[in-house]
Amino acid sequence: MTLLALDWAIIIEKLILIVIIVLTTLLITLYTTFGERKVAAILQDRPGPNRAGPFGLLQPLADGLKLIMKEEIIPTSASKWLFILGPGLAMTASLMTSAVIPWGTEIHLFGRTIELQVADINIGLLYVFAVVSMGVYGIMIGGWASNNKFSLMSALRAASQAISYEIAMGLALIALLMSTGTLSLKTIVADQAAGHWWNVVYQPLGFLIFFICAMAECNRTPFDLPEAENELNFGYHQEYSSMKLGFYLFAEYVNMIMSSAIMASMYFGGYDLPFFDETTVAPNIAALIGIGTLLIKIVLFVFLFMWIRWTIPRFRYDQLMNLGWKKMIPLALFNMLITGAIILSKS
Amino acid sequence: MQALTNKSIAVNRSPMTFWERLYLINIIKGMMITFSHMFKKQPTVRYPEQKREFSPVFRGLHVLNRDEAGRENCTACGLCAVACPAEAITMEAAERQEGEEHLYKEEKYAAKYEINMLRCIFCGLCEEACPKDAIYLSETFAPANYTRKGFIYDKNDLLIPNTLTNATELAKAKGVEA
Repeated sequence: MTLLALDWAIIIEKLILIVIIVLTTLLITLYTTFGERKVAAILQDRPGPNRAGPFGLLQPLADGLKLIMKEEIIPTSASKWLFILGPGLAMTASLMTSAVIPWGTEIHLFGRTIELQVADINIGLLYVFAVVSMGVYGIMIGGWASNNKFSLMSALRAASQAISYEIAMGLALIALLMSTGTLSLKTIVADQAAGHWWNVVYQPLGFLIFFICAMAECNRTPFDLPEAENELNFGYHQEYSSMKLGFYLFAEYVNMIMSSAIMASMYFGGYDLPFFDETTVAPNIAALIGIGTLLIKIVLFVFLFMWIRWTIPRFRYDQLMNLGWKKMIPLALFNMLITGAIILSKS
Repeated sequence: MQALTNKSIAVNRSPMTFWERLYLINIIKGMMITFSHMFKKQPTVRYPEQKREFSPVFRGLHVLNRDEAGRENCTACGLCAVACPAEAITMEAAERQEGEEHLYKEEKYAAKYEINMLRCIFCGLCEEACPKDAIYLSETFAPANYTRKGFIYDKNDLLIPNTLTNATELAKAKGVEA
C-alpha cells in the first residue's frame, strides 16, 4: 500500500509540466525551422517564405503537412525495425534533455508550489551528457539500418565527430563545475540568479569551447559533416522519407533549442533577468518573467546558431578532427588548469 | 612571362600568423558582413503583386491591329507567314462580302489566323514584314497553359478589341486601366 501513499498530485503536476514542455518545445521547433529559413533569407537579401499566411507564418504547418502526406518508403534491403527506431531515438533523446532544465523559479497555483523543472536531480549535468550522447545512436542506427554506403559513412562520421567533441565539451564543463561546485542545474542557475555574476564571466574560454562543441554535437554548419550534401548525397537520412525524415530534421532543431537552453542556464544565468529585482513583484509574475527571460535567451542563441550557419562554410573532415583533438581538447585542459589554479590561490 | 594585364594581384602565401590561425577573428569579421546584409534592400520583385516593367522594345505576345474605324487591317497576304523563321503562323484568306465593309479594311481578309506560341521565337520578323500595320508584338508574354492546344492562339485571342464598340476593353488590354 506504499504505492498509494504517494503524493499523487505531484505525479499529475509533473505529467502536466512534461506535456506542456514537450508540446511547447515542438511548437517552438516548428517555428525554428521557419525562423531558420527567414534568417537565411534575410542574411542573403531575400524575403524568405512569405506566401502561406501573413508573413508566411503558416509555412511550418504547410511543411509539416507535406511531410506527413508524403509516401513512406522503407527500402527492401533495410533492417526494418532499426530503420524505424532510428528517427524515434533521435527525437526522444533530444527531447529528454528538457527534463532537467529549470524553466523558471516556481509558480504558486491552487495552494501548491509548482517547481518549473521536471526533475531536480543532483547530477543534472551528467544526465544531460548521457542523453546528449544517446542522440548519436539515432543517427548511427538510422545510417546503419538504411543499408546504404553513404548513410553508413555519414553515420560513422557523426559518431566519431560526436565522440571527439564530447571530450572537449566535458572538460569545459569540469572547469565550470570546479567554479560552481555543483552538478545540479537548478543550483547553478539559482546561484547565478542570487546576485553573482553569470558564469560566462568566470568561464569565458570554457563557454567558447562549450559553444563550439555544442554546435558540433547538433551537427550544425560548420560541423554538419554527417549530412554534407556534396559528399554524401544527403547523409544518414538519405533513405528516409515522409515523417521519419521529418523526425530527423526536427530532432536537429530540438537539439539546437536544448543546447541553447543548457548554455543559457549554465553560462548566462538561465531565467535570471539582469538588473531586475524579482522580489519586487509577485512571485508568480516573477516566475513568468523568468520563463520569458529564458525563452529570449534561447531565441538569441538559436539566432546565433543560424547566423553562424549562414556565414561559415563547412570544415573539411581532417580539419574537423584537427580542431577537435589538437585544439579544443588542449584548450579545454588549459582552461581547467587555470580554473583550478585560481580556485586554489583563492582558498 | 609577361603578364597580360597589370590587374593581377599576387597571392599572399606567407604562413598564417597566430591570430589568423585562431580563425575566430576572421569568423567574427565574416559574421559582421552577413549581419550587415540584414539591413540591405532586397532586390526581390514580389512577382504576382509586383511586376517588373518591360522595355518599350520588348517583343511579347502578338496582336492583330485594327484601323481607326475598327476594321481589321490584315489582308491575309501571307508575308508574315513567309517571314516567320519558326513557321509558327498559319492563315486562310477569304473574300470580303457585300455588307462586310465595316469589318474588314480591304477586299481580302484572314478567315483563319493562328500562331503557335510554342513554335514562335518572338523574333519580330512578322511585324517587320507586314505591309498593312496589321501585326504587332505587344509587351505581354504568353501565360502558362495546361495543353499544347492552348498555345495555338487563333484570331479571337490575337485581335485587339474594337476601338469603337469596345473602348473600355481596349483600354484594359493596353494596360491603361488595371
